[in-house]
Amino acid sequence: MSGANMPLLSVEDLHISLTTDAGRFPAVEGVSFSIARGETVGLVGESGCGKSITALSIMGLLRDPLGLAGGKIKLSGQEIQNLPASQLRALRGKRIAMIFQEPMTALNPLKAVGTQIAEMFVLHQGASWREAEAKAVDALTQVKVPAPAQRAKDFPHQLSGGMRQRVMIAIALACEPDLLIADEPTTALDVTVQSEIVDLMKELCAARGTAILMISHDLGLVTDTCKRVCVMYAGRIVEQQDSERIFNSPQHPYTQGLVASLPRLGMRARHGRRRLTEIAGVVPGITSYPAGCRFHPRCTRRTEICETVVPELTALAEGSLVRCHHHG
Amino acid sequence: MKIRANLAIGGGLTVLALAVGIFGPWLAHTDPIMDANLMNAELPPSREFWFGTDQQGRDIWSRVMYGAQISLTVGVVSQLINTAIGTALGVTAGYWGGWWDDFVNGLTNLMLAIPSLIFALAIMAILGPGLTSLLIALGLTNWSYTCRISRAQALAVKSQGYVQAARVLGYGDFRIMFTQILPNTLGPIIVIATLGMGGTILAEAALSFLGLGVRPPSPSWGSMLSDARETITTAPWLSLFPGMAIFLTVLGLNLLGDGLRDILDPQSRSRR
Repeated sequence: MSGANMPLLSVEDLHISLTTDAGRFPAVEGVSFSIARGETVGLVGESGCGKSITALSIMGLLRDPLGLAGGKIKLSGQEIQNLPASQLRALRGKRIAMIFQEPMTALNPLKAVGTQIAEMFVLHQGASWREAEAKAVDALTQVKVPAPAQRAKDFPHQLSGGMRQRVMIAIALACEPDLLIADEPTTALDVTVQSEIVDLMKELCAARGTAILMISHDLGLVTDTCKRVCVMYAGRIVEQQDSERIFNSPQHPYTQGLVASLPRLGMRARHGRRRLTEIAGVVPGITSYPAGCRFHPRCTRRTEICETVVPELTALAEGSLVRCHHHG
Repeated sequence: MKIRANLAIGGGLTVLALAVGIFGPWLAHTDPIMDANLMNAELPPSREFWFGTDQQGRDIWSRVMYGAQISLTVGVVSQLINTAIGTALGVTAGYWGGWWDDFVNGLTNLMLAIPSLIFALAIMAILGPGLTSLLIALGLTNWSYTCRISRAQALAVKSQGYVQAARVLGYGDFRIMFTQILPNTLGPIIVIATLGMGGTILAEAALSFLGLGVRPPSPSWGSMLSDARETITTAPWLSLFPGMAIFLTVLGLNLLGDGLRDILDPQSRSRR
């Protein structure tokens, strides 16, 4: 592939296994997706479906009992899954950065936030502390923290949740990474603050040409933010579509269930009082994934083939992919 | 920032103890060793002998002033050695885990199983008596509590979001340990260190009593206490004043440790 259309990040046939005393279990199986420079991609799924560990594997931070069991992770065409620890460390924070769900705990409580931002410049750009502190104030200005020079001296507990998440974004974007992984970045925040943070993230990344991989269980948030969405269920990607289309024409029964279960404003006025739609059954545990299609025990459209044969990802029109025997 | 009572009192007592340790020789009235006078044996406190005299008629005030040097040196230096060993082992064990953690745990359990005084005696037996070997012996015997605490703290802090975040941001292991884990484990370590200082001052007393460590005529608070045991009913001032010196020093160190912990924790600082 030539440099121009080579994806920034491509994950190919990723397998992650969970090793316990009871044996090895596939936590993630055959996950493939790619992100172009400056693109925004969402990864949606329920808790435990493997989206967060997919992100950790990109960072090279899988810890026992989780381990990479196969597949390739390429950053600008270079395979990074087998890089030695020191080279991986140089990538983290510099080319790939990450922000977390809990801005309350993701900052060191004993250091002023300015110092924590400054440390990134010292660590990755070899700046002196004096210039790093000045750059940290700039970074706080860019994430629209009021009175940045004063706030830089504040400790994390003196800031609100939204402010802390802004600081996290400032830290993550300090070294202008190529890719920002946002793992449920707004889950712990109020709804009004959520949209401010997401807008800020989008705006800053767009200005820098930073690609975003947004991980969330909130389909609405992801479709708002991202150009493309991958839906994960029980360790597999079941559907990949453009955000615009996923609401109007979800292809996989699981995605259809998700879309149908979203509460919509004005529903009651139009259709009267109704129970919210839900997907029957529960998510299978990792030790007891069903054979065949993992969604089949909860699926309304299941037939015999679903119980034995794993469906392949099928390409549909407009670059959409779906993993179902009876899609549509 | 308001000054808290424990910090003020603890700091005051510690400064006082250190001042006595440094300026003791000038504060003493007489030479603590040479000015024995059996004519003055076991005199109660008076205007001439503020703290009374001991069996050999030596001025207890002077001996307490001189004794501060040895007691404080032993307390501070050997506890520093303990803290350094215990923290280094504990933090690395908690952070890295695996075989290193198992090894450190085994070593700690071994140390806890051996009575520390017996172990110190064994080291002294190898090194021979004297102040330096006393420092080394006490410095090698009491790190297990610090190790336990710092390991537990490191384990707790390791799973915090900011350590995870630091890893994601490309920090190396040692940078994480120094900038993220160590500062967040320091509170309990300081408290344990100040508590332990009192313990080592007392352990020095026990070793001196057994004839190891500080040799008899030179005064240390512990050896003075030991000497005073037989006369505690007839001449209580012999044990009272060195005992008070130890008590006030240990109390001061504990209050100071407590106060320092409050300062080092920014959350409790702004709560006031």
